[in-house]
Amino acid sequence: MAATLPPPRLLPSGDSAVTVEFSRTIDDAANQRVLALDKALAASAIDGITETVPTYRSLLVHYDPGKIGFDALSEKLLPIASQPLPPTAKARRWRIPVAYGGEHGIDIEDVAKALKTTPDDIVARHTAGDYCIAMIGFTPGWSYLSGLDESLQMSRRQNPRLLTPAGTIAIGGIQTGIQCLAGPSGWHLLGRTPVRTYQLHRNPTFLTEPGDRVTFFAIDHKTFEEQDRAAEAGEIIAEQVVT
Amino acid sequence: MSRLVVGSIGPASSVQDGGRPGAQRYGLTPSGAMDRMALAAANTLVGNEPFAATVEIGPFGATFTAKDGAVRVAIAGAPRNADIAGQAVAIDTSVTLKDGETLTLGFARGGAFTYLAIEGGIKGEPVFGSLAVNARAGLGSPYPRPLQADDELAVDAASGAPELRIELPKPSSDPIRVVLGPQDDEFDDANKALFLDSEWKISATSDRMGYRLEGPAIKHLHGHNIVSDGTVNGSIQVPGNGAPIALMMDRGTSGGYPKIATVITADVGRLAQTSAGTAFRFKAVSVAEAQDEAKKFAQAIRALPDRLRSADTVALNIEALSDANVAGHAVSAVDAGTWQVAAEP
Repeated sequence: MAATLPPPRLLPSGDSAVTVEFSRTIDDAANQRVLALDKALAASAIDGITETVPTYRSLLVHYDPGKIGFDALSEKLLPIASQPLPPTAKARRWRIPVAYGGEHGIDIEDVAKALKTTPDDIVARHTAGDYCIAMIGFTPGWSYLSGLDESLQMSRRQNPRLLTPAGTIAIGGIQTGIQCLAGPSGWHLLGRTPVRTYQLHRNPTFLTEPGDRVTFFAIDHKTFEEQDRAAEAGEIIAEQVVT
Repeated sequence: MSRLVVGSIGPASSVQDGGRPGAQRYGLTPSGAMDRMALAAANTLVGNEPFAATVEIGPFGATFTAKDGAVRVAIAGAPRNADIAGQAVAIDTSVTLKDGETLTLGFARGGAFTYLAIEGGIKGEPVFGSLAVNARAGLGSPYPRPLQADDELAVDAASGAPELRIELPKPSSDPIRVVLGPQDDEFDDANKALFLDSEWKISATSDRMGYRLEGPAIKHLHGHNIVSDGTVNGSIQVPGNGAPIALMMDRGTSGGYPKIATVITADVGRLAQTSAGTAFRFKAVSVAEAQDEAKKFAQAIRALPDRLRSADTVALNIEALSDANVAGHAVSAVDAGTWQVAAEP
């Protein structure tokens, strides 16, 4: 039997939530443990847990203090969180179309210049990536992806933009992401996808889950317009790859 | 079916209920009433479930007119002058608007949010079980935005039930209690003490997303960028400028600033009702104490029906009582006017 892993830190977030912290930095191994604990808790049905929120390095566990106290919950969480990782389950995989550059990716020229290469090369490197949804947060459906090519990692913009379009595909620091709703962003905008990771009156409302795998492929801007209309009507544009 | 028509209404007023927890893992914030006890008290007065949808009215005034029939309502939360055609309506009471009558509410006199509950609730299409407005995500029903003049709420016709008042404990002015952490180790002892021992004021630029705190700058040990992790109602994060922000009901589900402390569940509503400019302090308590208080808070909400009294038995001078309640908590129209609408950060 494999040895147990170093236990995470259990940090109270007030009286109704606990942060199960596996690392203080962004770390793929820690994120894998976050996602594994998230799955294990969903299966464990510990009475009193109301919802869980995975992030890069920690799992926030919301609970009802009327049903279970911090100490009792900690005792149940620690052994589960210290288990060796289960064999990697088959993750869902999405192929996401992206219209790169031009009006949809206004920063791609600057990114190429900063990295002393061409926009086409940026597209090639970005579409070559095999990404994992490390977390979803900030606004509905905003999927933060780990696995960005080291050569594409650059610091965020000095001046964040107050409004960036829905469907923006961007890079920032060591991450890339799918931004579902229009909103502020300090990342570099490479393109836009017609895929809605969140759409209110569609089944499912939320397309992506933390732990899903993602690859991107380039589409031309005309295809973007067509697919954007279909997506607006509720069609799921992303291709789910069966592995 | 009757209608309640909005006449005038200030910003920061929206339909709110118990909120929509359960989808924070997808980035959807729960929203919901800023003061859950006041929400529950207003609903209890008209026989609703405690967390049914109400109108959460910000510091400005508002008017509501009954159409197509009588409408029974109740107000609780921040005290303010209220009347129907010059006839005063007390806070923490129910009242029935006859067809065509208008309820006029003045500015909040201390506190920030008053809850207008309507017998039978507000008709709408729940999203994830809630009508609560989340302006950023475009959610909420019947309007996915703060209320505006001429908006109409579909409501039940008044039942004719006798009017009630509710006897609530006097609002506490004790320090706002917090549990330190989850990232209190990002601050040294001197800065933790500075946070706990200083007097704070709520900035006028606060909104349903977060309350900015004015006081001394709190310094971090290792800089202000941590890797994002999950937030809760009442998380107090400290950005680079050292001015803490208490995250409220429309918060982002994750945040990347160190969180020095978390307001306890039982005190989040009290913090929400602290007027801009009013001085207050924090006090650290243990998780165990905070959880005892959370249980008592939940029990107090369940027991609200025991506090109902017939409106006929009012033996108090309402005006003297409300003056006593708001002494020292006056908020000027100018202060109230600087409150931001959630949709305009």
